Amino acid sequence: MKTVAILTVCLCGSLFLFCTMEFPNWGDPAAPASMHLSPYFIQNAEKDAAVPNIVTAVLADYRGYDTMFETAVIFAAGLACFFLLRTFTRKRRNERLFRHIPTGIVLNIKAGGKIPDDPSKFERIDSHWTPNDLIIKTTCRLIIPSIQLFALYVIAHGHHSPGGGFQGGVILGASFILLAISTDLRSTVRRLSERTSAIMASAGVLIYAGTGLLCLLLGSVFLDYGALAPVLRSGSVMARSHGILIVEIGVGLAVMAVMIWLYYNISSAGKHDEGL
Amino acid sequence: MVWQLDIIILTLVIISGIAAITIKDLLGASVLFGAYSFLMCLLWAIMGAVDVAFTEASVGAGVSTVLFVAAVFQTTRRSKD
Amino acid sequence: MMNDLITMIAAKYNYWAFIVLMMIGLYAMIVKKNLVKKIIGMNIFQTSIILFYISVGAKESATIPIIAHGHQEGVIQATAYINPLPHVLMLTAIVVSVATLGVALALAIRVYNQYRTLEEDDIQSQINQI
Repeated sequence: MKTVAILTVCLCGSLFLFCTMEFPNWGDPAAPASMHLSPYFIQNAEKDAAVPNIVTAVLADYRGYDTMFETAVIFAAGLACFFLLRTFTRKRRNERLFRHIPTGIVLNIKAGGKIPDDPSKFERIDSHWTPNDLIIKTTCRLIIPSIQLFALYVIAHGHHSPGGGFQGGVILGASFILLAISTDLRSTVRRLSERTSAIMASAGVLIYAGTGLLCLLLGSVFLDYGALAPVLRSGSVMARSHGILIVEIGVGLAVMAVMIWLYYNISSAGKHDEGL
Repeated sequence: MVWQLDIIILTLVIISGIAAITIKDLLGASVLFGAYSFLMCLLWAIMGAVDVAFTEASVGAGVSTVLFVAAVFQTTRRSKD
Repeated sequence: MMNDLITMIAAKYNYWAFIVLMMIGLYAMIVKKNLVKKIIGMNIFQTSIILFYISVGAKESATIPIIAHGHQEGVIQATAYINPLPHVLMLTAIVVSVATLGVALALAIRVYNQYRTLEEDDIQSQINQI
């Protein structure tokens, strides 16, 4: 098996190496890839949509269909992960651990045992619980709002600098994942439940498709944001710029929710009980 | 672009890629894969693809590594090869 | 002759590095028995293809594809900016790669819950026993 694999890999590699001889040189401005479509985008992006960042303009405007279905793919991945892993059996864990906060004594309560009812004195802990580290808790409390603010900036400022819905959404999702890692999974699920994240993921895709549909209703073609000009009370060019922003917000919402959803399901193997 | 920097990072990328698939500890492999992603992101930043580098820094080095660590935490750390 | 060789190496070494990475990923996907290792190999394969696309879009002595503020009504030279099209395609590819990674890891966890192992040959022998 190993020799066959090495042989295959060497054969494929040498074939590819042979093919690179035909390639244009690295960084050649006259390479075929840079001659046909991209000059149009470079020269017209700012004129057409008032967006200096050409990548954002092409992503959300010229190639809007592509990005819409990419968002749908991400949503489908979140859904697939949910269906693969999530278990809804009401079977309780055999034993649950409660920690008495003032003394630090841990009670192991078997199935059917009486659960301590005073939440100010008892907290439920994971089976591999480690004492809360003051440094980690304080750092995360300080850093998570900054991460979220930066993520919103990335989404909103994607027209003028690197960034946009995908990056901002992933950073927003990462801030919630950091919260789940620094505390525990249950408290994060209480804060942002699975239902909310699923609704947000579908709402993101819906915002994107709905913007396209609105363009259709206003008498233009699907995802031509210039048709939104009467609604947004601006010129056709600025309407395209604002349309890109609306769409990026939808993408950011969907990506954020799906990242959190994936993390919830993978880190607890679908039980949403004890996680990383 | 600076070709010395480019060659150094390319070498590091290949080394960390090989290390990520040869190491026997799966947690170590996930962390090495995170390092690989981050070096790749540097490479793209050098080539001028800032948006792609930004995405890779947040997705590849951030969320992917967390997902790998979570999956290893749920399964097992040991690997035979 | 020597100069030709050096210019060729300088012009092509990026493509060669991408081929080496791609072959590392392919090798891991074929040979490694562990499922997580296979997934890491798949991801290395994906990133190598993205590296290839970005290499295709690169231009010598051009700047990043963000048009500078304050440039007036002049004609924008296409050679002054890096080709943005591969960046767009690859940006979405990266985010889709994390989505596929999530599904792959979910499948791996399911397999582990069923067979209590991630090794391919152990799973195969357990299936044969049934």
